[in-house]
Amino acid sequence: MSASDNGAAPRGAGEGAPRGGRDQEPDPVAGADAPGATEGSYLSHRGVLSWIFTKDHKRIGLMYLVAVLGFFFVGGVLALAVLLELLSSAGRFFSSDTYNKLFTLHGAVMIFLFIIPLVPATLGNFFLPLMIGAKDVAFPKMNLASFHIYVVGAAILLYSIIASAMDTGWTFYTPYSTQTSTAVISATFGVFILGFSSVFTGLNFIVTVHKMRAPGMTWNRMPLFVWAIYATAVIQVLATPILAITLLLLIFERLFEVGIFNPAMGGDPVLYQHFFWFYSHPAVYIMILPGFGIISELITTHSRKRIFGYGAIALSSVAIAVISFLVWGHHMFVSGQSELAAMVFSFLTFAVAVPTAIKVFSWVATLYRGSIAFTTPMLYALAFLFLFTIGGLTGLFLGTLSVDVHLTDTYFVVAHFHYVMMGGTFIAFLGGLHHWWPKMTGKSYSEKWGKIACALVFIGFNVTFFSQFLLGTHGMPRRYHHYLPRFQTLHVLSTVGSQILALGLVIILVYLLHSLFRGARAGVNPWGGKSLEWATATPPGTHNFASQPTVSAGPYEFEEIDEREGEEKDEEKDEAEKGGER
Amino acid sequence: MPTSLSQMLTLAAAAPEGAATTWMPEQASTAAERTDTLFYFLLYLSIFFFVLVIGATILFAVKYRRRHARQRTSPIEGNRKLEVAWAVIPALLLVVIFAWGFRDFIHLSVPPGDALDIRVTGQKWFWSFDYPKEGISANELAVPVGRPVKLTMSSTDVIHSFFVPAFRIKRDVVPNRYTVVWFEATETGTYDVLCAEYCGTSHSRMLAKVKVLSENDYQAWVDSGGGLSGKGMSSVEFGKLLFQSKGCATCHSVDGSARTGPTLKGKYGALEALVGGQSAKVDDNYLRESIVDPAAKVVQGFEPVMPTYAGKLKDKQLNALIDYIKSLGTSK
Ligand code: HEM
Ligand SMILES: [Cu+2]
Ligand SMILES: [Cu+2]
Repeated sequence: MSASDNGAAPRGAGEGAPRGGRDQEPDPVAGADAPGATEGSYLSHRGVLSWIFTKDHKRIGLMYLVAVLGFFFVGGVLALAVLLELLSSAGRFFSSDTYNKLFTLHGAVMIFLFIIPLVPATLGNFFLPLMIGAKDVAFPKMNLASFHIYVVGAAILLYSIIASAMDTGWTFYTPYSTQTSTAVISATFGVFILGFSSVFTGLNFIVTVHKMRAPGMTWNRMPLFVWAIYATAVIQVLATPILAITLLLLIFERLFEVGIFNPAMGGDPVLYQHFFWFYSHPAVYIMILPGFGIISELITTHSRKRIFGYGAIALSSVAIAVISFLVWGHHMFVSGQSELAAMVFSFLTFAVAVPTAIKVFSWVATLYRGSIAFTTPMLYALAFLFLFTIGGLTGLFLGTLSVDVHLTDTYFVVAHFHYVMMGGTFIAFLGGLHHWWPKMTGKSYSEKWGKIACALVFIGFNVTFFSQFLLGTHGMPRRYHHYLPRFQTLHVLSTVGSQILALGLVIILVYLLHSLFRGARAGVNPWGGKSLEWATATPPGTHNFASQPTVSAGPYEFEEIDEREGEEKDEEKDEAEKGGER
Repeated sequence: MPTSLSQMLTLAAAAPEGAATTWMPEQASTAAERTDTLFYFLLYLSIFFFVLVIGATILFAVKYRRRHARQRTSPIEGNRKLEVAWAVIPALLLVVIFAWGFRDFIHLSVPPGDALDIRVTGQKWFWSFDYPKEGISANELAVPVGRPVKLTMSSTDVIHSFFVPAFRIKRDVVPNRYTVVWFEATETGTYDVLCAEYCGTSHSRMLAKVKVLSENDYQAWVDSGGGLSGKGMSSVEFGKLLFQSKGCATCHSVDGSARTGPTLKGKYGALEALVGGQSAKVDDNYLRESIVDPAAKVVQGFEPVMPTYAGKLKDKQLNALIDYIKSLGTSK
């Protein structure tokens, strides 16, 4: 790996208190080594059962990782099929019904099985306890249950979509979904079960952060990734009950024939959309906030800088979490809700833009006068800034009432959410995966192939989805199997982009797998990181730390920081930034 | 099509009044101009901020790239003035955008009192347009140029959405409820109507046309009964026209291929196997019943999804359709 391996351990790590310090559960890992014995790596137990019934947050994180990436593969193949079909304006390979099922399954898999658990359940599970110096999460059994529930929920959701040949789109809008033979109740049930799994994860993280921080780890010394996961956990816990209510109402309607959503029984079909988005919009922030957290870690570590505006970044996550509950109506500006409601939702939507902008500006400012290494993780962080800025700015178009009227339900929306979800969360995740891969697996991957793949993903992504902005503004509706011939050029471009993107992703898969078997051993701290996960062995031992770490400084106190640098420099920076700002 | 790079770079409307630009389709309504002005304002503002953010990123990344392992970095942790500035300035801009968008939205939502009234019905998977005063029922929307038109819309089945890109209008069409949208066309011509809310199998075929006519042409259209009186046409020609415009063609092919519904090629005189095991001979009565009461006899292998046309077709029109279907060939 090209990064220097200075092996520096955070201050105070590895000294002081004996193992098992503060209020932790007795011994979270069944069958652990005898107390006092030198711990083996957390990977050292073998056998399938040692995985399936593990209570080690790191192993649970890895199992989630495999599951989630498996679903990404499924969703990705479906997306490629959709785009291949769109090469021709009249459809070539599939019937309309098949096409409709393909994008429904793609959307549902990507949203409910992939992007929602993507960061919290994998990197969050693995690193949150490490980063705060804990032995595990607060409730290891519940953590394991979360994974098992996830598997069950995924099975129910997939079964109900596939068995009933569901073609409603991932939003399951009534009355279409209740009038056709599709299994909207069992699908919603599957989503609800999945929601439960994320409640378990969320509750666990909240308690862990409150109760299990290492001595000296004050709130202000928590890595920003932990802050982001914490804010996400709060949303997870609060939003999921709404799904339960929706589900109950759907069942009530079916069983007792009271018209709630179904107009044929005197119900209000638009009501369902309110319920759906009242859950799903906060869920959008469950998807993106953890990505923000990763970016803060990547940018600081790979430029050896303190984060610019720690407080602002941490608090803006919380602000976003709160406001996210109040903007669901921006998905329904043309659905016939009152103008007053539309006005309020539009206004609150813009209110979310401010904390988001603050984050982006702060990340850019963090780069200023840093020592920027173009490692693979850093390239992903830079790609994130590029893509997420586009995703965020195009969100303004959709929040603007009159402009949204033209753009909603077109490919503009498809492009926008892919820039945010894939260009934002997924790219941040890839950065985080490369950043922490050596720590998780003990192996290094090829930096050269890492960079090549990153470039392909970046180019492929933009070709695929930027063309969709133009399709959208010109009036190409989404979920269209056939389209007017004038849209063909852009569709073809988009399909070509998706092939480049897929190639990049396959390369990543190949060199990461290769590194597992053939990769060089990774050092304890390949990037010179300062947060606690870099202070322990690589890969970490079952109990994370050989002895209870204590903390006496913030997470971004790199050796390279030039403390002597005086006030005048600050001023200079001020000028430079202001110059750009206006 | 806005695909060439040079066109991408010009970005804005360098073209004649109302023509399509790199980012937007042609403008054919009063709303289009208003929406586009705001759209382009947002676009330029976004480009400005994008260049600012990405420009600074690239600048810093190049200037402060790591030249040697021990390169010193600045201890800055924040800057109150700067942080306030980049919270407040965007916030103010956002308030402006919000207010501007809201103002135009109200304009889009409140039809003028003197608007021409037309009823729109969305149904899987076609649109129909009724002119209550003129007593016309049609499957294309004809409107006079330069006069406000108010559409009162509802659906007979699931949610659809009435979208005319050239007019920059869109509104969901919901069962059991009326929604309203209005526009004033500024250019004569023919424009696409698209369904923008997913509604099942043939969602992407749920298209129609808006014909914007001069005042004279519009009067002529009204006088001819909305182009669907069949005047001066043979019954078969008239039937063919109806077959296209009444939405039959979305589900039934005339070339032998099955779609959502069975093909009608060579159907007349055939023996049709029905759901439930019976069969029926395709004669005039069978055809008539299949159109006005489609659920009565459902062909084997198909879902009972065809909407009824009872009350939507006059006798003359029904006869013309039957004649047209006969003309598609008979089976001995
Ligand atoms: C982070 C990963 C992704 C997420 C979260 C995601 C999510 C979604 C969702 C929710 C939809 C809407 C489905 C619907 O309308 O019911 C969608 C549509 C679509 N996605 Fe993805 N997707 C992801 C990755 C991809 C990739 C990698 C591609 C292609 C290379 C892709 C191509 C498409 C296309 C073409 C559609 C449009 C289908 C349509 O609405 O007509 N997506 N995606
Ligand atoms: Cu939303
Ligand atoms: Cu539709």
